[in-house]
Amino acid sequence: MAFYSLKTGRARYRQGWLFAAALAVCLVLASPLLVIVWQAAQSDPADFIDTLWRPLVASLALNTALIVASTTLLCGVLGLVSAWFSERTRLPWQGLWPLLSVAPMAVPTFISSYAWVSLSDDLQGFPGALLVLGSAYSPLVFLPVSAALRGLDPALEETARTLGLGPWRCFFRLILPQLRPALLGGMLLVALSTLSEFGAFVLLRFRTFTTEIFAEYRAGFDSHGAAQLSIALLLAAALLIGLEWRVRRQASSYERRARGTRRAPPRLELGAGKWLVVAGFLLLSCVTLLLPLSTLGYWLTQHGDAAVSPVEVSAQLLFDASFSSIELGLEGAALTVLLALPLGYLLARRPGRVAAFMERVAFLVQGVPGIVIALGLVTVSIRVIPGLYQSQFLLLLAYAILFLPLAMVSVRSALLQAESRLEELARSLGLKGWQTWLRVLLPMAAPGLGAAASLVFLSIVTELTATLLLSPIGTETLATQIWADTSAMAFAAAAPYALILTVLSMVSTWLLMLLLGGNAINRLAADGTTVAGETAHV
Amino acid sequence: MSELSIQGLCKRFAQHRVIDQLDLHLTAGSTLALLGPSGSGKTTLLRMLCGFEHCDAGSISIGGTIVSSPGIHLPPERRRIGYVPQEGALFPHLKVADNIVFGLPRSLRKQRHRVAELLEMVGLPADYADRAPQHLSGGQQQRVALARALAAEPAVVLLDEPFSALDSGLRNDTRQAVMQALQAAGATAVLVTHDQSEALSCGEQVAVLWQGRLLQQDSPANLYRHPRTPELAGFLGESILLAGVATAGRVECVLGGFPMADSKLQGAVEVLIRPEQIRLGPPAPDTVQATVIGMEYFGHDATLHLQLRQGQHIIKARTSGWHAYQHGQTVALAVDGPLTVFAQQGPGRSTAETPDNARFLLNQS
Repeated sequence: MAFYSLKTGRARYRQGWLFAAALAVCLVLASPLLVIVWQAAQSDPADFIDTLWRPLVASLALNTALIVASTTLLCGVLGLVSAWFSERTRLPWQGLWPLLSVAPMAVPTFISSYAWVSLSDDLQGFPGALLVLGSAYSPLVFLPVSAALRGLDPALEETARTLGLGPWRCFFRLILPQLRPALLGGMLLVALSTLSEFGAFVLLRFRTFTTEIFAEYRAGFDSHGAAQLSIALLLAAALLIGLEWRVRRQASSYERRARGTRRAPPRLELGAGKWLVVAGFLLLSCVTLLLPLSTLGYWLTQHGDAAVSPVEVSAQLLFDASFSSIELGLEGAALTVLLALPLGYLLARRPGRVAAFMERVAFLVQGVPGIVIALGLVTVSIRVIPGLYQSQFLLLLAYAILFLPLAMVSVRSALLQAESRLEELARSLGLKGWQTWLRVLLPMAAPGLGAAASLVFLSIVTELTATLLLSPIGTETLATQIWADTSAMAFAAAAPYALILTVLSMVSTWLLMLLLGGNAINRLAADGTTVAGETAHV
Repeated sequence: MSELSIQGLCKRFAQHRVIDQLDLHLTAGSTLALLGPSGSGKTTLLRMLCGFEHCDAGSISIGGTIVSSPGIHLPPERRRIGYVPQEGALFPHLKVADNIVFGLPRSLRKQRHRVAELLEMVGLPADYADRAPQHLSGGQQQRVALARALAAEPAVVLLDEPFSALDSGLRNDTRQAVMQALQAAGATAVLVTHDQSEALSCGEQVAVLWQGRLLQQDSPANLYRHPRTPELAGFLGESILLAGVATAGRVECVLGGFPMADSKLQGAVEVLIRPEQIRLGPPAPDTVQATVIGMEYFGHDATLHLQLRQGQHIIKARTSGWHAYQHGQTVALAVDGPLTVFAQQGPGRSTAETPDNARFLLNQS
């Protein structure tokens, strides 16, 4: 009896540590958000209305609403159509089309913006922004919708057919209603990402809330107007996050009870029409992948003076920027995964109300535009912990806050794979708690943790907003260099940086696929909505 | 309700013949259980009836109309069939009532045509109409799936292992409700199953599919008593196969001489005895005697392992669970005839066990 109570006592003690650690992580996560809200609460409401009630703000709001609505619609249509054709029709080279549909996500929007804007001035403003964001974000719809299509029980369609519905009516009365949660969820994610987008808008000279917040922050050190604009942006984001939660809840009620192997859904024979579909996919890939990447290739071969602003590339600067990008990426990934561990462990092992609340905090933060989080951190570092301002640690912390929710998903599923039974078994064989972590838990979860780290690395090297706002003076990364050169119209000078960044991004994507194992695209699609949320911050 | 007729049907996947020259006929308004071990082609056959798969040769006709044959393939939506898949497959985004009227024209859908009547037919309360499918148990989902299949008054109802996902208590109730509803609707129905007791209790007719061919089509009782092959006998239930010699309508084996069902066979044969055909009594002179060497007790009945005094054979006998038998007790055996016999196909196929492996089996259980 004494032995028994001793054991439970110790278990509670350990659990206490776990909860404390997870709570601390949550507090760090929420800190920028809390500061922004606290600041807003301090300010005079009349002043607040004065700032927002300006013609400029009205035009910003109009621009933002226009681009959010049209990108969301375009991505919804593109994602739905390409997912349906790639999942439900028999096409030549069937495995290629999902890959081509997802690949544009790996090209950072500021790189494709750079490519398009260097091609033609006509692509500045709204058309260019729609083109760039439509290409980059349609995978956010494609992934969840194709996963949902694959998850549909073929028996449903077969039953509908026997009840007298032809293929078309079957699509509209049965398939489309069931895809609704995935489609809406994906489209809301697109809307949220577009709302947070910064780099592409600056390069394409399209003014929205994010670009204006950045401009006002840069213009005056006071950041008063920036903070108030941030609140407006935050409110818009909160609306979208709320809608997304609703859709997610609805989606969970559609889930069927798991069962064994399922037949693959039938694929439609298109006859000669399949070549039309193939042509469509190829045309789309030309616009989303081939043209931006070949423009990049073109500028690589040009001398600096071929561009509007002749700037030669300095080898030293190129090396420095690559080095600091990789350094920040590695350190940021390590810090993020470390912080994600207690939260992920809590979610995997002790699910409950507290864990669910913490998960919500993480997802809420994920939906907040990167520029708002960066601004919040600036305020924290100036007013609360002065030593932190302009330090590299602050930048790493920003990365950790931005990408922790992303890492948390992988960490949790990795820990779920290392079943708790095995942990208990190890304890029964005489291992202590830390020995169990070292010899059982970490080795088993290693691939998943590695995947989380490479995902975070990938996101950090392609991150622009927080890096611009928070990097210590003198620190230049690949992303900030591309931004600086493209803003100055020095297109040839930006090319080598863009090349290295693209290669880095591809290598870490490859590593990610390797760590996730064989059918990584499918697995990616399975958690489509959460993993795809990555781009929300890039 | 219409008759169903299949002639010379063939289907192959790659080089594998899944359905091989199959003939099957079902009169209007009757129920057929399609039984077969896994891999026998029964699900493929059902999917061909539904029109999900094309046929390579032969024909399927429903109510006199050819729906499948080489060059003709009526799509599923034009076959007038009602399909009840495994686990029901209710449309998760629709309420029970909307599921039931799904296949009807829009005007009938709006007025929830016959929903209450169909719910009652499958034994569900009328207020289930507004429930979401997720809030029904597995058996209730199956019943709604049947109601949905019956709503459009199909020519034939096809059920694909409809009870296999249910646990045993629910299975019986659901099966009874489904069979009653099919009867009330006067439906021509085909029910696919791999469970022999389900097949025997469901169909007015049972068709056994074996390696893509129709092995036997008969009433449940005839099928159980007179299976066409020893393998089928074993598939349908526990069987004892003994070597025997047939002469002029009678067969001799270690348990004595008995009339046989198929009087044409002569010479060495295999004799089929079901454990429940054996009756036990107090030992008396001139009876076949055996010793009880093991017992599987189930409550309602029990299976005794008996070692014959002569010949060292071990056979199983099913008795009512009410009588208690002791280990080592001596009993007399009698057999309810007539017996089914098979032509001898080779030596050493008797399933009556030698003492050694019988003991091994007993130890296991």
